[in-house]
Amino acid sequence: MRAISYVDAIREAHAQLLATDDRVFVFGQGLWSPWYVGASMKDLDKEFGRERIIDSPVSENATTGAAIGAALCGMRPIVVHPRMDFMVLAMDPIVNQAANWSYMFAGEQSCPVVIRPIINRGGEQAAQHSQALQSWFFHVPGVKIVMPSTAYDAKGLLVSATRDDDPVVYIDDRWLYEETDPTPEEIYEVPIGEGAIRREGIDVTIVGYSYTAAQSVKAAAMLSERGIDAEVVDLRTVKPWDKELVLESVRKTGRCVVTDSGWMTGGVAAEIAAVVGTEAFESLVAPIQRVALPDLPAPMAAPLEKAYYDHIGVEEIASVVEKTIAVKERI
Amino acid sequence: MSDSVSETHTPETLRHLYTTMVRIRVFEEKLAELLEVDPKDREVRCPCHLYIGQEAIATGVCAALEAADTVWGGHRSHGHYIAKGGSLDGMMAEIFGKETGCSRGRGGSMHLFAPEVGILGTVPLVAATIPISVGAALASKIRGEKHVAVAFFGDGAVEEGHFHESVNMAAVYDLPVIFVVENNFYSSHLPLLDRRREDNIVKTADAHGIPGVSMDGNDVLEVLRHSTEAVERGRSGGGPTLFECRTYRWRGHVGPSWDMDVGVKRKNELDEWLPKDPIARLRTHMTEAGESESSFDEIQKSVEAEVDESIAFARRSEFPSAAELYEHLYTVPVGGATPGGGAGGSGGRGAREGGF
Repeated sequence: MRAISYVDAIREAHAQLLATDDRVFVFGQGLWSPWYVGASMKDLDKEFGRERIIDSPVSENATTGAAIGAALCGMRPIVVHPRMDFMVLAMDPIVNQAANWSYMFAGEQSCPVVIRPIINRGGEQAAQHSQALQSWFFHVPGVKIVMPSTAYDAKGLLVSATRDDDPVVYIDDRWLYEETDPTPEEIYEVPIGEGAIRREGIDVTIVGYSYTAAQSVKAAAMLSERGIDAEVVDLRTVKPWDKELVLESVRKTGRCVVTDSGWMTGGVAAEIAAVVGTEAFESLVAPIQRVALPDLPAPMAAPLEKAYYDHIGVEEIASVVEKTIAVKERI
Repeated sequence: MSDSVSETHTPETLRHLYTTMVRIRVFEEKLAELLEVDPKDREVRCPCHLYIGQEAIATGVCAALEAADTVWGGHRSHGHYIAKGGSLDGMMAEIFGKETGCSRGRGGSMHLFAPEVGILGTVPLVAATIPISVGAALASKIRGEKHVAVAFFGDGAVEEGHFHESVNMAAVYDLPVIFVVENNFYSSHLPLLDRRREDNIVKTADAHGIPGVSMDGNDVLEVLRHSTEAVERGRSGGGPTLFECRTYRWRGHVGPSWDMDVGVKRKNELDEWLPKDPIARLRTHMTEAGESESSFDEIQKSVEAEVDESIAFARRSEFPSAAELYEHLYTVPVGGATPGGGAGGSGGRGAREGGF
């Protein structure tokens, strides 16, 4: 199978969805420009026309609300927010509207919209060009959240998200754009709600998603050289997450480190740790640990920025795993 | 009434407009009685925002629409629902919280649903359905259809960013939307001029380069005339129109009270506006055009019977079962329910394909 990059996989998914489904259109800022969305939308406007690839006014709220309205009327919109920070201006349409529509109307009216914020950080962009706000949506009943870590999933999850009848927040991370992975040429789906074991191991379970899943795989390789055999679970779907897969792994290893590319407090990792602590309590031989960003805005100056992002780096994950392993088994 | 119109409407049209306004009025007056019952015996508990006094707007606009045109409302949308053709039984049962309600008891007065007549959801977040209506029009344009989308909202919603973003977006894409501002001069309790420097909402249209019409919102024929023009403009690719329909909310922001506790000003305003009753005005016009007294009596009697039946229907309907609490969170439940959100349901009919 040919290998392509994560960003090319996203572009290919858009192209194949547009080619196979007249209901699909893409709406958002910067879609005709290479500046905002990397190569993920490259030339799609030329291929499919600017009636279906719509570079929008600077109106996150109206763009998202209009995508929802189009979805309610039978379309399959993908609304893109080139930086997740800016999507904060669209909270009403996502949280109050899309998320509630099915329940408010007893399942009689679905809202099949894809909301695609991009996590775009680093490079001294500082506090307002950096945020990974998935936990905000994680808290809200009614949305689904997918966050791919590989090119294969980046393509398959965008296809599944677009074909799904419910609102799906599809979050890609520009730090993964150049990662390459064997990826089928044809269109395919990655099932929503299914995690994946990226590496089998018996000593400890590392749970991650998106960027931290990729980092966890690297950390596991490093740990292997230090005599620790880690299992890596990639959630792929953050909401609803694959609880059975995580619990099964923890019941086998007895130890769990949850990694999260957002902030520590109230993050996705906190919820996973709580559920694992409750439901796999009898299997745990050490406290569950979390790896996440410190509760701080992203700084700018290089030494500060490095110190900040090192909190979700490979070394940090490996180090926390080693501390977990060092805890003596309870009698 | 506005001049120029008497010759352009058949008696049937006038009767339809009159009947629609009376259906809204009687439905809400009977609902108000149910809301006035002592709390410990009250059957209706959900918040109800009454439209009494504003009936001409929903009625005049919707009379210019077809079933496939969509209408998007807010917290005060009983009138929009009735004017577009929603079932009275469905709405009354919904307000009672019954399984037979139009949203199967999940929404109440503020969440109305009648897809068969183009109401895909009214919701109470102020201004929320304005961008959604733009999306409905965008879908219509992408598919090459001619369906118009109407957003009904109050003067308070004009202060939200949703509104300005949406009007601009509809303007730049020439989308078939009618933005209907029902200016009743209050946002909840706060008067317009405490929230805005000038009484000039319609000028917003100029700023966005679209036609704007300020009109007597208590004159159903004037509303209908402008609506017919705006619908035609939308269908023919001429883009959106902004309406400012000047009217007055007789009852309080929420519930059946007349809000007299708001003070002298409110009393003086009611004295000014009650004589402008849109129903009485149309009735006078119709009488002058030859409609008989008995015809009005007949309409009144028949509507009262219909509303009484809707109350009886709501009373004899069942509440949703508590066992269904977890249903319908997702249209497509995901296997392996988790605390992260995966409790499943039975699934609905899914997204409507290609309109309705």
